[in-house]
Amino acid sequence: MAEFLQFAFSGLTVGAVYALVALGFTLIYNASDVVNFAQGDFVMIGGMSTVFLYATGVPLPLAAIIAILTAVIVGLLLHRLAIEPARGASPVTLIIITIGASMFIRGVAQIVFDKQFHQLPAFSGDRPIEILGATLLPQSLWVLGGGLAVFVALWLFLERTLIGKAVLATAANRLGARLVGINTAVILAIAFGVSASIGALAGVLATPITLTRFDLGTIMTLKGFAAAMLGGMGSPLGAVVGGLLLGLIEAFGAGYISSVYKDGFSFIAILVVLFVMPRGLFGGRSVERV
Amino acid sequence: MLTVEGLKARYGRIEALKGVDLTVGAGEIVALVGANGAGKTTLLRTISGIEPAAAGRIVFEGQPIERLASHVRVARGISQSPEGRQVFAPLSVEDNLRLGGYRRRDGAAAATADLERCFTLFPILKERRRQAAGSLSGGQQQMLAIGRALMAAPKLLLLDEPSLGLAPVIVDQILAAITRLRSEGMTVLLVEQNAAAALAIADRGYVLELGTVTLTGTGRALLDDPKVREAYLGV
Ligand SMILES: Nc1ncnc2c1ncn2[C@@H]1O[C@H](COP(=O)(O)OP(=O)(O)OP(=O)(O)O)[C@@H](O)[C@H]1O
Ligand SMILES: [Mg+2]
Repeated sequence: MAEFLQFAFSGLTVGAVYALVALGFTLIYNASDVVNFAQGDFVMIGGMSTVFLYATGVPLPLAAIIAILTAVIVGLLLHRLAIEPARGASPVTLIIITIGASMFIRGVAQIVFDKQFHQLPAFSGDRPIEILGATLLPQSLWVLGGGLAVFVALWLFLERTLIGKAVLATAANRLGARLVGINTAVILAIAFGVSASIGALAGVLATPITLTRFDLGTIMTLKGFAAAMLGGMGSPLGAVVGGLLLGLIEAFGAGYISSVYKDGFSFIAILVVLFVMPRGLFGGRSVERV
Repeated sequence: MLTVEGLKARYGRIEALKGVDLTVGAGEIVALVGANGAGKTTLLRTISGIEPAAAGRIVFEGQPIERLASHVRVARGISQSPEGRQVFAPLSVEDNLRLGGYRRRDGAAAATADLERCFTLFPILKERRRQAAGSLSGGQQQMLAIGRALMAAPKLLLLDEPSLGLAPVIVDQILAAITRLRSEGMTVLLVEQNAAAALAIADRGYVLELGTVTLTGTGRALLDDPKVREAYLGV
C-alpha cells in the first residue's frame, strides 16, 4: 500500500508537469491548428531563467516572474517572426517551422546559459510529508496545485470570456472569425503568449524536483505532445487527464516492472489508446462541418 | 452610405474585379446578381477587407475604408454573412451569436436586446441556442450566419447567397426576414444567384459579369429587362 501510494505520488507530480505542457499545446492548437514543437522549450526557459536570476541574487518569486515574462516574450517573438510570416502555410509546414524554432531556442540557451544541469531550492522546504507510510515532497504539492490553478484559469478563460471564445472561434473558422471583427493575428499572439507562460510556470515549479538543462525542451515536448494526443489534441480536460495518466503509467511501470523501460510503457499505452480511440480519450470535440 | 469606385481585385494573375462602380443608399436593399464566377463573392470580401483592393476606392459614410483592416470595418458598421455560412461549428448557437457582437462597445444590455431580436427573427435559433452550430441543418446555419452578422449591430449588412442550397420554404423565410430588416431601417447588399427572388425584394439591382457591372436599375426594371430575363431568369 505504501509503495503503491509512493508510485502514485511521483506519477501524479511528473504527470502534472506533462499536463501543463500539454495544456500549452492545446491552447496553440486550438487557436491555430499549429502543433507547436517548441512548447517544451518554454519549460526550459522558465526553469533556466529562474535558476540564473536566482543565482545572481534576485529573490525567487521575482526571478520566477521575470522568467515567465521572458518565456512570454519568446512566445510572442516565435509567433511574430516565425508563424505569422508563414500565415496560410500548411499545418505540416508550420510544424516544421516550430521544430526549427525549437532548435534555435536550444542553441541560444546553450550560449546564454550553459550546458550543465541546474536545480532550484524547493519553495517550502524539503521535509517530506508522510501519508499512510508514503512520503510526499512539499514541492509536489506546488506542482499539483499549480497545475490545477492553471487548468481552472484556462478553462474559465476559454469558456467564460469573450476573448477566450474568440480563440475557439478563430480555431473553428478563421474566415468567420475575421468577419465578426476578431483580429485573428492578435488572438494567435495571445495564444502563444499564454501558452508560453504556462510552459514556463511548469518549468519554475518542476525544477526543484526534476533538474533542468538547455535541452530539457526536447523531452518535455515529446511527453507533453504524447499527453495531449492521449487526452485528445485540442481538449483542455484531455490534456490534464492525458498528462496525469502518462505520469502514472511511467511511475507504476518503472516501480513495478523496470525503470529501464519507463518511456516504453507510456508509448505503448499511447499506441493502444490511439488504436482504440483515434481521437484520444477526450477528442470528440470536432463537429462535422456542413 | 456605401460607394464603390473603380474597384479592382485579383487572385494572383486572375483579375476577379475589373473596376466595379456601385452605390448603396441608406435603408435600401440592393441586389447583386450574376453568373458563377462573376466576382460577386470577391466584391463582398473586398468590401469587408478579407481581400485587398488592387485599385479603386471604397467609401463608407464619407470615409475611405479600402485600407482598413477587416476588424476595423466591422467596428465601423459593416458586417457580412458569408458564402458557405462559415459558422463556428463546435461552438454553441448562442456563442456564435455573441461572437457576432465581438466589436460592439455599447454594453451587454444592448447586445442582449439584439440577441432577443435575432431570436424573434429566427425562433428556431432560440430553441437550439445550446446546441453546437455544426449540428444545425443548412437552413438553420444560414439563419445563424445572418443572425451572427446582425449581432454586430451593423449599418450595412452584406449577404452572400443566403438561399444557396436551401428548401423553398426556408428561402421564403429568409427573404421575409431580409424584407423585415429593411422595414426596421437596415441597409442590405444582397448577393444572389436566385436572381428572381433577389430582384423581387430589392429596391435596386446590379448585374455583374466577369468582374464588371453590365446593367443597373430598379429591381422591377431589371426583372422586366429582356437580357436579364434571358440570362438569369431562364425565361
Ligand atoms: N481564392 C481564389 N483564388 C483564385 N481565384 C479565385 C479565388 N476565389 C475566386 N476566384 C476566381 O475569381 C473569380 C470570381 O469568383 P467569385 O467567387 O467572386 O465569383 P462569384 O460571383 O461569387 O461566383 P459564385 O456564384 O460561384 O459564388 C472566378 O473566376 C473564380 O474562379
Ligand atoms: Mg460567390
